[in-house]
Order: sequence, then C-alpha cells, then structure tokens
Amino acid sequence: MKITYGYFLALFILLAPTMVLAENGEQKKNSCVECHKLIDDENGGVVGLMAHDVHAQVGLSCADCHGGDPSSDDIEVAKSPQKGFIGAPKRNEIPQFCARCHADPNYMRPFNPNLPTDQFSKYQTSEHGKRNAQGDDHVAVCSSCHGAHGIRRVNDPLSPIFKRNAPLTCSKCHSDPEYMKAYGIPTDQFEKYKKGVHGILLLEKGNLGAPACHSCHGSHEASRPVETSVGNVCAQCHTLNRDLFAASPHKKAHDQMKVPECAVCHENHFIQKTSDDMLGTGPGAICLKCHKQDSNGYHSAKAMRGFIEDLKGQVSQAETAVVQAEHIGMDMSDSRVELDQAVTLLTKARSYVHSFSPPKIESITKEGKTVADHVKQAAKTARAQWVTRRKGLWVAILFLILLAAGLFLDIRRREKKS
Amino acid sequence: MASLDWIRKRFPIEPFEKLLRKKEVPVYRSNLFYYFGGISLLLFGIQVFSGILLLFYYSPHAGGAYESVRFIMNKVQFGWLIRSVHVWSAHLLIASIFIHLFSTFFMRAYRFPREFTWMTGVFLLMLCLGFGFTGYLLPWNELSFFATKVGTEIIAGVPAIGKFIQTVLRGGEEVGDATLGRFFALHVALFPMMVTGLVLIHLIFIQFQGMSTPPALENKTLKTLPFFPNFILRDCIVWSLTLGLVLVLAVYCPPPLGAKADPFAPTPQGIRPEWYFMWMFQTLKMLPGHILALEGEQAALLVMGILGAGLLFIPWLDIWTRRGKRYSPLTYLGWVILIYMIFTTILGYLHS
Repeated sequence: MKITYGYFLALFILLAPTMVLAENGEQKKNSCVECHKLIDDENGGVVGLMAHDVHAQVGLSCADCHGGDPSSDDIEVAKSPQKGFIGAPKRNEIPQFCARCHADPNYMRPFNPNLPTDQFSKYQTSEHGKRNAQGDDHVAVCSSCHGAHGIRRVNDPLSPIFKRNAPLTCSKCHSDPEYMKAYGIPTDQFEKYKKGVHGILLLEKGNLGAPACHSCHGSHEASRPVETSVGNVCAQCHTLNRDLFAASPHKKAHDQMKVPECAVCHENHFIQKTSDDMLGTGPGAICLKCHKQDSNGYHSAKAMRGFIEDLKGQVSQAETAVVQAEHIGMDMSDSRVELDQAVTLLTKARSYVHSFSPPKIESITKEGKTVADHVKQAAKTARAQWVTRRKGLWVAILFLILLAAGLFLDIRRREKKS
Repeated sequence: MASLDWIRKRFPIEPFEKLLRKKEVPVYRSNLFYYFGGISLLLFGIQVFSGILLLFYYSPHAGGAYESVRFIMNKVQFGWLIRSVHVWSAHLLIASIFIHLFSTFFMRAYRFPREFTWMTGVFLLMLCLGFGFTGYLLPWNELSFFATKVGTEIIAGVPAIGKFIQTVLRGGEEVGDATLGRFFALHVALFPMMVTGLVLIHLIFIQFQGMSTPPALENKTLKTLPFFPNFILRDCIVWSLTLGLVLVLAVYCPPPLGAKADPFAPTPQGIRPEWYFMWMFQTLKMLPGHILALEGEQAALLVMGILGAGLLFIPWLDIWTRRGKRYSPLTYLGWVILIYMIFTTILGYLHS
C-alpha cells in the first residue's frame, strides 16, 4: 500500500506544474485586448476583426507582432520601447514588418511547414516592392491585399485574396484613375478582364481553374510580363498552344518585332472566346492585321481556315446523319463515340492553328474527315437496316394476316358444317 | 385429324380431349373480353421465349449489364428485335392482364364456384407487376436505376417491415450490384417458376369449371360455342393479330437504352416509373405530409395494401353477389377505382 501511495504522490508532483501552467495559459492577461475593446470603434474594431485572424487562430497575440508587455495594466509599461513595443509600422515598413516572421523558415515551420517564406524577397523584385523601396508609399504592401487585422487564409472564400476575390482586390487601386494617375498605366484592366473569357469563368461561373490577375502577373512578385515571355505566362495552362507557337515562324517574328506573342491575336485582359472567324481572310480575321493580301501568310491563313471549315462541315453532316438515325429508333451509340473522336480532331486542328502550318492542319483534318465519313456510312447502314426491318415486318404481318384469314375461313367452314 | 390419330395410337389422350370438348363458351355481346386470358397466355409465352434468348447474352452485373444489353441491340443478329419484343410484350401483357382482371371483376366471374380461379388471377397480376419492377432495372440505365431507387425507397415506407423488405430487395443500403443480382434472380428464376405454376392451376380451374356468364344473363338461354376447336381457333386469330401488334410496336417504337446508370450522379429530372405503377406514384406525390397519425406515404401504402388484400378476397367480400343480388356496390367502387387509376396515370404523365 505504501508503494501505491508513493506512486500517486510522485505523479501529483510531476503533474502539478503542468496543471498550474495550463491554468495560467487559459487566464493569460492581455491588456491590449482589454484596452482596445474599450476604444474599439476608434480603431476600426481590431479586437473584433482578430476573431477571424489566422494569426490569432494559431495562438499569436498582439504583442507577437507589435511587441510590448500585455501583462501590464499600466499603458506606460505595456507600450514601453524597453518592453519591445513597436506599435503600428509605417506603411512602407509593413513588408519588412511581416517579413520578420514570414521570411524566417525556422519560425514558420512549426505553424505550417509548407508555407513559402520567400514572399518578401519576391516582393522586393515586384513593381510594388521596387517602388516601395524608392519611398513610394502609394504602392501595395502586404496589408493592401491581405488586410491588417482579421487576415484570413488564402483558401478562405472570405479572404480578399481568395482566387475569386483577388481581381476585385487588385482593382481597388488599379481601377482608380485618381490613385493610378502618377503611374501612367491604364485603369480599365478589371473592366476588360470581367468581360473576357477568363473573368466570366472565374467571377460569374465560379470556376477556380480560371486565371485571376496574379495567375499571370504573379502575386508577391507582381509585375508586367515582358513581351517575349507572354507565351510562357499563357503556357501555364495553354501548354500545347505555346509549344506549337514557339516552334512556328511567328515566334521569331514576334520576338524581332517585340510584340507580346499570344496577346497580339488574343489581347491580354479582354480575352474573347475564340471563333473560327478569327482565322483566315474573311471579316473578323485577325491574320489580316499583319498579313497583306496575296502574301504567303494570307494564303496560309486562307488554306488553314478552308481545312477547318471542310472538317466542320463533315462533322456537322455526320452528326445530322446520326441524329436522323437515332430519330428513327436506331441505336447509334458506337457512332456517337466515333463522332466524339471527329469533334476532338476538329478541336485539335483548331489548336494546331498555333503551328501556322497548313500541311499539319490538313493532315489532322484529313484524319477527322475519315472518321466523319465512317460515321456517315454507319448512319447510312443504320437507315438501310431500318428499311429492311420494316420490309421484314410487313412480310411477317402479311403472313399473320393470311394465317388469321385462313383460320377465319376454317372456322366458317366448320360452323357451316355443324 | 390424322396427326391426332397418330398420337392416340401411342398415348391415352382421350380424357384430355374429352375435357377440352366438354367446355362450352357462351356467346353474347361482351364475350370479346374472354379473349384477354388467351392473349395474356400468348404474351407470357413470348416473354419466356424472348427472355431465354436474351439470357444467352445478358450479364447480370453492374459492370457489364448495360454493355451486354447494348451488345444485344447492336451486335447480336436480331438482338434488337428480341429485346424490343420482350419490352413491348411485357407492356401488353400487363395491359392485357389488367383488362382481363377488370372484365372478370365487372362481370363478377369471381363468384361461386370460381373463387380460387380469381385468387390465382390476382396473384398472377401481382407477379407480373413484380416482373415489370425487377425487369426494369436489368438494363442498368440511368432511368431504371433511379426509378428503382425511388421505388425501393417507397417500399421502405411500409410500416414495420418496409425497411427490412427494402434491405432484402436492395441487398444492402443502396441500389447496387447486389440489387441487380437479386432482381435478376427474381426475374428469371423465382417469378417465372411461380407464374408457370399459377398459370397451370388457373387453366385447370377454368377448364374444369368452364366459362362464367354474367349474373344478369345467368337465367337466359345463351348460344354456346365449343371451346375446342371453335374457340381455340378464334383464339389463334386473336393471337396472330396480337403477335402482329407486338411486332409493329417492336419495329416502329424500339425502346431506347439511354445512358448507363451512374450511382454517383444526382437523380436526373423526369424520373418516373413504368405506366402501370404511375397511379401509385402520382397518388404518393399528391398526398400531404401527414394524414392523421401516419405519414402521408405510409397512409397511402396502408390504403393500397388494404385495396390489394380486398381485391384478393373479393369473392367473399361481395356479400351482395353471394346473396344473389343483381347489383353489387363493389362493382361501382371498382369503376371509381378504375377511373381514378386512369386519371392519376394521365396526370402523372402530364406532370412529368
């Protein structure tokens, strides 16, 4: 029994400090919160905002950023420089202020080992960072996009930098002509983006796969892409088109002319859904912007459009044939699969326009036409079968009618006899 | 009949011939309805024959059922025709049994001494509805999958035993491979065996008891027709025409296969049961959430259960006919139910 009591005593002694610590932890004094609660309105409700703040959620307090001694009720002590009080940083000091922790991998690792710690160094290379270093206190700093208090995680849909919200966040400065006056850059990017194919996908349809501003410009390293590297920006998603473009004669020409690759035909912010009309020599054809009539480029554009139109017509005819066969009750599921192949080849041919090589497009469209022909043939066979089935049916019906008539005559004969 | 002589010399078939020749069919204005029993028998035969042919290629697994039906329709010689005939013949079979049952009901042919003939007929109708319900799932397409899901969810609403029946039918919590296996076994083994047995009993009863005449004509002297061969030959004419109708429908309106069932997809719009379950489905849709102490769905199932049991025991419930009365209130109730069924079926199609 003595041994048992001894164990309990030892256990109590060992656990007692942790109990005391836990008790203290729960009741840890925070004079910042106590005072700022009272002057909440004057400070924009920082205490309330901090309820959603990612830093508060991982256990960081006001003093972890601003310094000072939150355990003291005396404002002089609590906000004493001797206690490390920094207070609110000046606007252009904010990046360094945040970087104290966010650029320190050792400090950040325990919170999230996958969180990058290169934001500050990237920021220094950005237009914002460069101008900030020159003393421009108009440019974006961390808090301009993330907020100061109440910072949410990037993947929180309420965060101003959540992908769907990011364009609006950028537009707060970049769409303000007054604010952007000193920089001499356009302020219609957001309006254009909103109406473009990417903006519609992201903002209207909520497709998070669509690019936001930072997808092309970078976030912390935000800058204007160099003309010759626009292709690489677009290639983050449109890889095949970039590869085809890079191997085409257009790449060299664009580089020499120092024009922004993809954006020459597709624009940058106001990117429209592509159509076949953009290709060729007809109205709305972009090729004519550079290629004069009867030039090689003019003829190539005309030929490429011709091949695509030819396949498009064949696919359309094949689809009509399938629909007609289905309409009369024939199962065309195998042909539907083939038709999908033909449509895929049409899409491939459209993509290969970026190779600007008529022979390549001709080869793809030829393959597509063979598939479409096969589908049309299958639909024709199905229709022929449909006719045969009906002929067979009416032969069977005739036989059944004759049988019924024979039986009827037999009944009459029997009943007359009896 | 040289062929019959050939058989007579070898087998003692005279008692059967005597039994066949004994039966007389009364001739009057409504005896057209007598043919629906024979039509149902023919259609059941077509079902068995076409079903066996389909079995050669059908694969009762969620991974291959749809593909096997597609294979039957596209690759097997006349496979499209066999499947189409099987589907249309099933529809016509159920329609024919309904007509047969209602005509028997309105002519009060269930009265003494044909109570058990009536009961076997009601069981046959229920089994055929079971055939329809189980067969609908077998192609494993989107429509049939979700209709089965909804159907088995309705069954779960039966008080006390509903959940158990649902689990037994589904072979688990959800409609899946196990459900397909069970429905297949019921459709091709248990139900055909039961129907064959019941049809034989039904036919033997009819053959022994003869055709019934409505009570109003019972005391009149009616012209009669020998069942064999005169009525049988007439039956053959009707069978030829019925077969022709099945073929026309099968060729001109082949049933589409639709898209393969995807258990993870949301329930598509316009899910509805086959036409013969539509009145029940529509009734369940129209009911309020609660009726007295029961949930609306449970109350409806209870009423339908009582109606089903009432239908089965009608020969004993119809005390007016048993007492020799010329009119029975149950006949009027039957008309009301029939009109309600037609009305709700039409309503169901209009709403979907």
